Amino acid sequence: MLNTSVAIRDIAKKLLDEKRVDLIIGFEKGSVPLRSTPCFVRSTSEADRLIWNVNCENNLAKYLPKTKERVAIVAKGCDVRSIIGLIKENQVTREQVFIIGIPCKGMIDRRKIEAKLDGKEIIEAEEKDDTIILTGNNLREIIKKEEFLHNSCKTCTHRNPVIYDVLIGDKVVEDQAVDEYREVKEFEAQSHDERWRSFSDEVSKCIRCYACRNACPFCYCQECFVDSSQPQWIGKTTNLSDTAIFHIVRAFHIAGRCVDCGSCDRACPMGIDLRRLTKKMEMDVKDLFHYEAGISLEDMPPLATFNPDDPQEFMMV
Amino acid sequence: MELNIMENQIQQPREKVDEWEPKIIAFLCNWCSYAGADLAGVSRLQYPPNTRIIRVPCSGRISPLLILRCLQHGADGVLVSGCHPGDCHYISGNYVARRKFAILNNFLEYLGIEKGRVQFAWISAAEGKRFAELVQKVTEDVRTLGPATRLVRKQG
Repeated sequence: MLNTSVAIRDIAKKLLDEKRVDLIIGFEKGSVPLRSTPCFVRSTSEADRLIWNVNCENNLAKYLPKTKERVAIVAKGCDVRSIIGLIKENQVTREQVFIIGIPCKGMIDRRKIEAKLDGKEIIEAEEKDDTIILTGNNLREIIKKEEFLHNSCKTCTHRNPVIYDVLIGDKVVEDQAVDEYREVKEFEAQSHDERWRSFSDEVSKCIRCYACRNACPFCYCQECFVDSSQPQWIGKTTNLSDTAIFHIVRAFHIAGRCVDCGSCDRACPMGIDLRRLTKKMEMDVKDLFHYEAGISLEDMPPLATFNPDDPQEFMMV
Repeated sequence: MELNIMENQIQQPREKVDEWEPKIIAFLCNWCSYAGADLAGVSRLQYPPNTRIIRVPCSGRISPLLILRCLQHGADGVLVSGCHPGDCHYISGNYVARRKFAILNNFLEYLGIEKGRVQFAWISAAEGKRFAELVQKVTEDVRTLGPATRLVRKQG
């Protein structure tokens, strides 16, 4: 991972020196262990702040919409898919973005590690091959990375960037065997009473902080339907009906656009299983319209186009 | 403004269950389905009076939020209808709508909203009889399901 960090810095310096970009968006070391934080570099002297490790989980594509500058962005497989989506939606141009692609083996879920440590504080975390060495007061533990991956990383099928201007490191092997919709199918197999109970239990945790929306690279509307007061489309309290509708419509708005980067899921302070909703949308768009978001720059977004032969078995005869 | 009028129409105190009659909101497109309803009327066709019609310019106008808001504020069922594929006044509004409806329909079922609460149809301006039949069917379906409980906004 150290080599990747060095390579990122070298490229950043070169790009800034040659004045090919105005800004580099990457990661720097966070203030607590197991945390990396987005970092904006405008001069070569700052470039040494850039790092790469298994905690670079944030989707930096979030910073691209409406930007006027030329930007170089450090991007994992899922981030690149988001960038492709944003280019297609005219939020940023391909010429404007220099993609520093990084093949990714999955990012670490800090919350899963914290749950395992049972309240013990981590003071330092060091990455070594496939393990992480955690140290702290009365704490020295070696954990395997693959056991603590984010849920979205576990079902990832596009670890390698689809497009890039430069690729750092070797491409990794894609997981062909994983059934990314297993959880959706399990949920579907329940009765509709169970599904409703489970869905309403899940959304009743919601405090309407909109962290899921704010973290999503595709939620860039100037005024979101939940913020509008004239007309007020939806109640703003934590009333179950309002929160349920917020989550249904949020999922609907990213149908055919969501690349399952897991940003919303990670951002939720209440631990709502948001991927249960977005993953279903992704699955349906794939089944009904044979479309996968963020794979190609050419094809049309599925809900902006149509096919005269689209399925309509659900309609009344 | 328009939204409030719509809500006042459907937000009435709920009757006791034994006297319960389903309230159904029908979103009909101006060019085909609304004219189909008109034809049913001028043809003196009988159909259940449980449906309140809202005329929209095109089925492509329907946002999922409109449907969800109906369920939230007291409707027991929703019918959405537009021109048959190929007949859209705006060329492709109903084709684009069909994609949205397919996804919404699946998603509502996935979350446990009963099948039949929200239904979609194509009704042309010549199909007055079909309009009466479909309204009959939707009313029966919703009557079998009983009053809506899921997604309904309870005060307090």
